[in-house]
Amino acid sequence: MSSSPPPSRPEPKVAYWQQNLMVIGVLLAIWALVAFGCSIFFIEWLNQFKIGNLPLGFWFAQQGSMYVFLVLILVYALVMDYLDRKHDVKE
Amino acid sequence: MDILELLPLFGVALTPARTWTFAFVTVTFMIYLYIGWRSRVTESGEFYVAGKGVPAVANGAATAADWMSAASFLGMTGLISGLGSDGSVFLLGWTGGYVLLAMLLAPYLRKFGQYTVPDFVAKRYYSETARVVAAICAVFISITYVAGQMRGVGIVFARFLEVEAWQGVVLGMFIVGVFAVLGGMKGITWTQVVQFFVLIAAFLIPTIAISGMLTDTWIPQVGFATSDISEKVNLIQQDFGFPSYTKPFTNYDKWSVFMIMFALMAGTAGLPHVIVRFYTVANVRAARYSAFWALLFICLLYTSAPVLAMFARYQILTTLDGARIGKAVEEEGSGKTYYPVYRVNEAGEEELIPWVTTWQKTDLIKIHDQNEDGILSLQNVDGKFADVTIDKDILVLAAPEIAQLSPWVIAIVATGGLAAALSTAAGLLLVISSSMAHDLYVHFVEPNASEPRRLMIARIMIIGAILVAGYFGINPPGFIGEVVAFAFGLAAASFFPIIFLGIFDKRMNREGAVAGMIVGIGFTAFYIIACRSTKVLGMAEPLMEPWFQGSQWLPDGLRPEAVGTVGLVLNFAVALIISRLTPAPPEDVQELVESVRVPRGSHAPEAHFDETDAEADNP
Repeated sequence: MSSSPPPSRPEPKVAYWQQNLMVIGVLLAIWALVAFGCSIFFIEWLNQFKIGNLPLGFWFAQQGSMYVFLVLILVYALVMDYLDRKHDVKE
Repeated sequence: MDILELLPLFGVALTPARTWTFAFVTVTFMIYLYIGWRSRVTESGEFYVAGKGVPAVANGAATAADWMSAASFLGMTGLISGLGSDGSVFLLGWTGGYVLLAMLLAPYLRKFGQYTVPDFVAKRYYSETARVVAAICAVFISITYVAGQMRGVGIVFARFLEVEAWQGVVLGMFIVGVFAVLGGMKGITWTQVVQFFVLIAAFLIPTIAISGMLTDTWIPQVGFATSDISEKVNLIQQDFGFPSYTKPFTNYDKWSVFMIMFALMAGTAGLPHVIVRFYTVANVRAARYSAFWALLFICLLYTSAPVLAMFARYQILTTLDGARIGKAVEEEGSGKTYYPVYRVNEAGEEELIPWVTTWQKTDLIKIHDQNEDGILSLQNVDGKFADVTIDKDILVLAAPEIAQLSPWVIAIVATGGLAAALSTAAGLLLVISSSMAHDLYVHFVEPNASEPRRLMIARIMIIGAILVAGYFGINPPGFIGEVVAFAFGLAAASFFPIIFLGIFDKRMNREGAVAGMIVGIGFTAFYIIACRSTKVLGMAEPLMEPWFQGSQWLPDGLRPEAVGTVGLVLNFAVALIISRLTPAPPEDVQELVESVRVPRGSHAPEAHFDETDAEADNP
């Protein structure tokens, strides 16, 4: 694709966008699971387990979820680097 | 020089803590001024978006400093300490929004380019009315928010240098003024990078010191989980008649926690001073990584705050309960009375607890011995401590004193509080200036203004914004405390949905977006104002009680802090329905949507002064 002369109006990158949406969907599902699942709706159930001396649900609500958020953003940036290269839309 | 001239103000006796504070504040302010002078700019592109050449890591640190306000630094830990497990609404609400920002908004807005959020709204919805509405929303959110920062500056000055609060506000205005007016976004960004390191050091040093004192490890996040402090706090709390610290839903019910958290998340992603930070980086890829760096830097503070909250609560509970209340002392001059409080130390001798005295002098701690037995009791009376009221905002500032750390630690915390307030204020002032100068004035009054003239208008607007913010900082209106509910609720119900739909729904048109925005903002603003009319409008009775009180899912009713979530859902629903009933957006707008979805073709940093090149999409 990169060897062809640049078209005056580029074709919509349908496959690239579809895969981007899929990645976002998976990552946001995990985001919702830890933020709303582990830290709110399942917190009482998780509190029967312990991490160190803290109840597990409490730990998710005040520590763990934030670590997961960080990993999700990093994974998104890395996966999109790969997709940008694969679909040749890199800057 | 200017700071030294103020020296006579401090004609009072210098205690070690005050001397240290004075030294740290002077040094850091000199650094901020120097950076502001070094990064002075000559073009409006540099003024608004720092010439789009800020590296991802630096932008991450600047975003973190921009984001973490006086409220995050000074207020949040105290809030969590009072809320226990439910404090997670703030911790996760104010960090989880970055996940939405990183995946749903930031990269595409960077590809779109331009200077402001109203720019995007106007182009995407081919409507200058939408630009005006968005600009006014941005100004309103930012003005209320910035007034709170100036107030924070005043409080720190008043407490630690014992000058009048207004003198602190004026000095703060002067410092922000120098680097914001000279350097615009460029000056602000590089100052914020430095301010980030000041504020994070200021927060971590006492937290690490207290962690080392109470647990086996110096790493607060580890000590939080491994030590037995949580069990001890739970036992003491139960002993005094309070619910366990780690027990969820003691302050908010389950669905309220969910709705407040979600409103804060969507609001975070929709706040204009956060979004605009992602316009300043070099390209789309840098915008993605910048979000990661920003959250990493923010989490350094946000994962430590709950640790400090719990440890400080433990120390307050163990230090104060059973302490002896001395005879009331009348302070010379002011005529204020305060009670010295004594406790027995490890050597078996009775000694004064000094911080209880100093904070009583500022009215932020109040002793009221209910049964007049001369013994301080922390038993639960109507959800409060029996004999003492402690303002939750002082927790971070008082923590080093409570833990009896050196005076220089106390001083560095004060310096960090100032850095947090000034960096956030600067970012907000830039949004106000760009909305007024770029979106409103230049666009509608003087569209053909030359480059030097645009820059001058931007500078005049930022000076005006500083004066307004300073005025509100000295004379805070009654609704300052409601700012959080307002700013986040409005951002969640307006900016987040229309920007998201503008990128992800190609069929979304002007009619849908405008209707959605009006319904979202209208409903949210109405609900908050009506429920909080006692504070916002100064009425004797609230206009409206929260809805759904006593219902099965929301026993406490729909809280004003949570209403942003409802406004967001309404905005989405109205926008989607109306857009499908009205004509599709024009061809060139649909092409614009296609182009923001693909990274290739974002503008080089220097080619960015012409407004008409936004749609150009060269492979």
